[in-house]
Amino acid sequence: MKNHVWRPLFVVLGLVAVILLARLLIVPDDFSVGERGYMYGYHRIGNEQEWKDFKTKFRTSTYCNDCHEDRVAERVGSPHAPIECENCHGLAGDHPENPEKLTLDRSRELCLRCHTRLAYPSSDRKDIAGIDPQEHNPGDACVDCHNPHRPNLEEM
Amino acid sequence: MKRRDFLKNTLIAVAGASIPLSALEMIDPRELFAAHPELRWVFLANTHKCVGCGFCVKACKVENDTPYDANVSRTWVERYVITKNGEIHIDSPKAARDGFISADIYKGQNPLALPEVDFAHGRIEKPSAHKGEFEKIREEDIAQAFFVPKLCNQCENPACVQVCPVGATYQAPDGVVLIDRDWCIGCGYCIMGCPYGVRFFHPVYKVAEKCNFCYHRISKGLKSACVTACPFGARQIGNIRDPNDPVTQSIMSERIGVLKDEYGTKPQVFYIGLNKEVR
Amino acid sequence: MVHGEIWTIKEFFVLPNEYIYWSIQIVMYPFMTGLVAGAFVLSSLYHVFNVKQLKDIARFALVFSFALLPVAMLPLMLHLQQPLRGTNVLMTPHFTSAISAFGIVFLAYACIVASEIWFVYRKHFVDVVNNLQAKSQRTMLENLQLLLNRVLTLGAMDIGKESLDKDHKAVSLLAAIGIPVACFLHGYAGFIFGSVKANALWMTPLMPVIFICSAVVSGIALCIITYIVTMKLRTMWAKRHQGEPGVPSIAQLRQVEDTEVRMSAKALLTFMVLAVTLELLDIIFRGYTAVKSWDILREVIYGLDFYKIFVFQYGLGNFLPFLLLLLPGVTVRRAAFCSLLVLFGVFMMRWNVVIGGQAFSLTFNGFMHYHLPIIPHDMETFKEGLFGALFVMLCPYVIFFFLNKITPVFLEEESH
Repeated sequence: MKNHVWRPLFVVLGLVAVILLARLLIVPDDFSVGERGYMYGYHRIGNEQEWKDFKTKFRTSTYCNDCHEDRVAERVGSPHAPIECENCHGLAGDHPENPEKLTLDRSRELCLRCHTRLAYPSSDRKDIAGIDPQEHNPGDACVDCHNPHRPNLEEM
Repeated sequence: MKRRDFLKNTLIAVAGASIPLSALEMIDPRELFAAHPELRWVFLANTHKCVGCGFCVKACKVENDTPYDANVSRTWVERYVITKNGEIHIDSPKAARDGFISADIYKGQNPLALPEVDFAHGRIEKPSAHKGEFEKIREEDIAQAFFVPKLCNQCENPACVQVCPVGATYQAPDGVVLIDRDWCIGCGYCIMGCPYGVRFFHPVYKVAEKCNFCYHRISKGLKSACVTACPFGARQIGNIRDPNDPVTQSIMSERIGVLKDEYGTKPQVFYIGLNKEVR
Repeated sequence: MVHGEIWTIKEFFVLPNEYIYWSIQIVMYPFMTGLVAGAFVLSSLYHVFNVKQLKDIARFALVFSFALLPVAMLPLMLHLQQPLRGTNVLMTPHFTSAISAFGIVFLAYACIVASEIWFVYRKHFVDVVNNLQAKSQRTMLENLQLLLNRVLTLGAMDIGKESLDKDHKAVSLLAAIGIPVACFLHGYAGFIFGSVKANALWMTPLMPVIFICSAVVSGIALCIITYIVTMKLRTMWAKRHQGEPGVPSIAQLRQVEDTEVRMSAKALLTFMVLAVTLELLDIIFRGYTAVKSWDILREVIYGLDFYKIFVFQYGLGNFLPFLLLLLPGVTVRRAAFCSLLVLFGVFMMRWNVVIGGQAFSLTFNGFMHYHLPIIPHDMETFKEGLFGALFVMLCPYVIFFFLNKITPVFLEEESH
C-alpha cells in the first residue's frame, strides 16, 4: 500500500511470523490437548510414558524372599511381620547389583518411630507398647537387647 | 463527535475481542460425551490406623529421589493433639520423615530468628526445622490425638493444572496429575494455586514437584511406595471405577471425609476418621 | 537448600512444603508493569483526550513507558527457576492461566507503544537521515547513526504536511487502543492474584481493579518525578547555552515545568482516590463478612503487617501526599516529594499483597516471616534479594538514557 501508515503493522506481522516459525521448531510434535480437555489436559503426551518408565526401587519382601528365605520366614507370625524389610534395611532397588549392600538402620531413633510411648486416645498408636526415650536406657541402641525380627518381651 | 464515536466503537471492539478463547473451550462437546474410563485412581487414608511411624515418608523420598535431607516431601504426616482445654496442637517435624519420636509438639521457629551465616566458611547454616520451640503436653491433658497422612489429592478439578501458563502440568486420563519436568518454567503459580500445599520446587531439577501416587508403580500393578511401606494399612490406593476394589467398597460404605472441599477442587484422597480440626 | 527456605522463617504450624516462593521479584513485577501502564495512560491523556497542557510530559511519558517495558520482563526472568524456558509461555500458552496472558499482552502492548513512538518520531528520524546525508565527511559514529535512523524510518521518507497529518491521526488511534491494552497489561497482573482461590488474602474480584488504579497512580507519580529531574537537567543545560538560538529561556522552562506538574498532580489525585477507596473497601468487606480465614488474616493485617499497611502504605503513601496535594499552592518541589511518597506507597501495596499473602499458612494456624536477603551469598540470594530489586529499579533509567539518544524526549524546535 502507498500509505506509509501501515509499515509498523508489517513489522509486527513479521514478528508474529517469526514467533510462529519458532513454535514449529521448538514445540515438541506430541504437545496437544489430552483426554481431559484443554483446561486440564494440555500437555506433551510423551511425558506420560516417561513417568511410567521411572525406576522403581521398593521391591517388597517377595523380592527379598528369593535369596533371604530364612530371614523372611523368621518374621512370620511375629508382631513385626507387617513391617516391610526395606523399611529398616533400605530400599532394595537393583540389589544385589546396585546397591551391593543395603545400609541397615540400627539406630535407636528407628525403633522410637513406633515405640516412643504415646498414649493417644482415638489413635491406634496407643495400642503399641512403648517406652519413654529419656528414661529407658537413653543413648543405647534398642537392638542391643531386642530382636527386631522376632521381638518378644517374655523371651528377654 | 467523530472522535467520541470512534473511541466508543474502539472500546467496544477491544472489550469484545478480549473474551479469552479458553471461554469457548469450556463447552467442548468432546468432554461432555467422553466415556468414563475404567480406571480412576483414588486414595484412602485411615487416621485411626496411622500411628505416625513415618515409614511412608521415608520410602517416598527414596523411591522418588526426593533429596533425603531437603525440607520438602511429596507426602507427610501431621500430628493433632487436642487437649482438654480445647487447644489444638499440630506439628509435622521434618514432614514426619523420622516419625514422631517425641511427645513434645514442635512449634516452629522463632520469628525473629534469621538464618545463621558462617562467614568464615562462606556457608549458610540452614534455618533448621529443628531449631525451634517445643511444647510439652502432659499425657493426662490430652482429650484426643491422632495422625493424618497427607499427599496430593489428584483432584478432579485441579486448580494447579488450571493455572499452569505453559501446559507443563496436566491430568492423565486415569486421574493422576503429572508434571513435565522438561517443560516447566518454574514460575510457581501451581504451587500457589494448590489449596493443600502439596507442591514445591524440586531442589535439584528446579521445577515444580509433587506426589503422583508413584505413577510408575501403579501403572505396573504395584502399589505406591507409601502404601507398600505402611505396616498398619493406614494408606490404601484403589480404582474408584472398579466396584470390587476393597478401597472403593470402603469409600462407598463408610463415613468418609475429604480435605477442604470448599475450594471446589473435588479431591480424590478420602479419609476415615477426620475431625473438624484437620486443616 | 530448597528455594524459599533461606528467607522464610516458619512460626507455629506451617505445612512442610510451604515457603515464601513468590518473593521480592514478584513484588517488583507488578510494580514495574504498573509504572508501564501508568506512564502510558498519562501520555494518552494528551494524545487522545487532547489535554493540551500535558503535551510536554506526554512525549516523555511515552518514551519512558517504552524504556520500562523490557524492565517489566526482568523480574520474571530473575524469578523463574528455569529462565531459559521463559519463552515457553509464547510457545504453548495455556490460556486458562492468567500468567499465559503475559506473552500476548506484553507483546501486543510493546508493539503498540513502539508503533506510536515510530509515528511520533518518524519526522525526527527522517530529519537526522537528511542532515547526516548532507554531510560530506562522516565519523564512524555518525555512519552508524545514519544507518540506524535509516532503518528506523522504515523507508517512509515523506515529511510533507499530509504525511505528518496521517502520523498524528495514527498516534491518536494507537494511544486510544493502547489505553485498554495498558489496563489489560496490569489488570491481568491483578487477576493473577485475585483468581488464586487457595490464597485467602488474594482471592477477591476487586484485585484486578485495585491493581489497575494503583498502577496508574504509580505511573503518573513516576512520570512527575522523572520529568522534574529531567527538567532540572534541561534547565542546567539551558543555563550553560544561554542566548544561543533555539535554546529556551530559563523562565520559559520554569513555567512549562510548573504547568505540566500541576496538571499531572491533579490526575494523580483522582486516581489515588479510586485506588484507596477500593483497597479500603476490600478490608472492610473482609472484616464484615468474617469468613473462616478472617481470624488469621486479621492477625496479619492488624498485627504482623500493621505498620507496613497502615503507616507505610496508607499513611505515608496515600494520606500524607493526598493532604499535601490538596493544600493550595502546589509547588514543583512539593509535587516531587508527594510523588516519591506515592511511589513508596504503591510499592508497599505490592509488598503487602504479595508477601502479606504468604505471611500466613494454608493451615490458618501458622505464619511465615519474610527476611529479604540483603547481602547475596549466591546467585539465588542476589537474584531474589535487595540487589536484584535495586538492579531492576535502576534498569529503566539506564535504558532511558540510551533510548533518549535515538528518540530524544526534548526536541528544542518544539518548545512552546
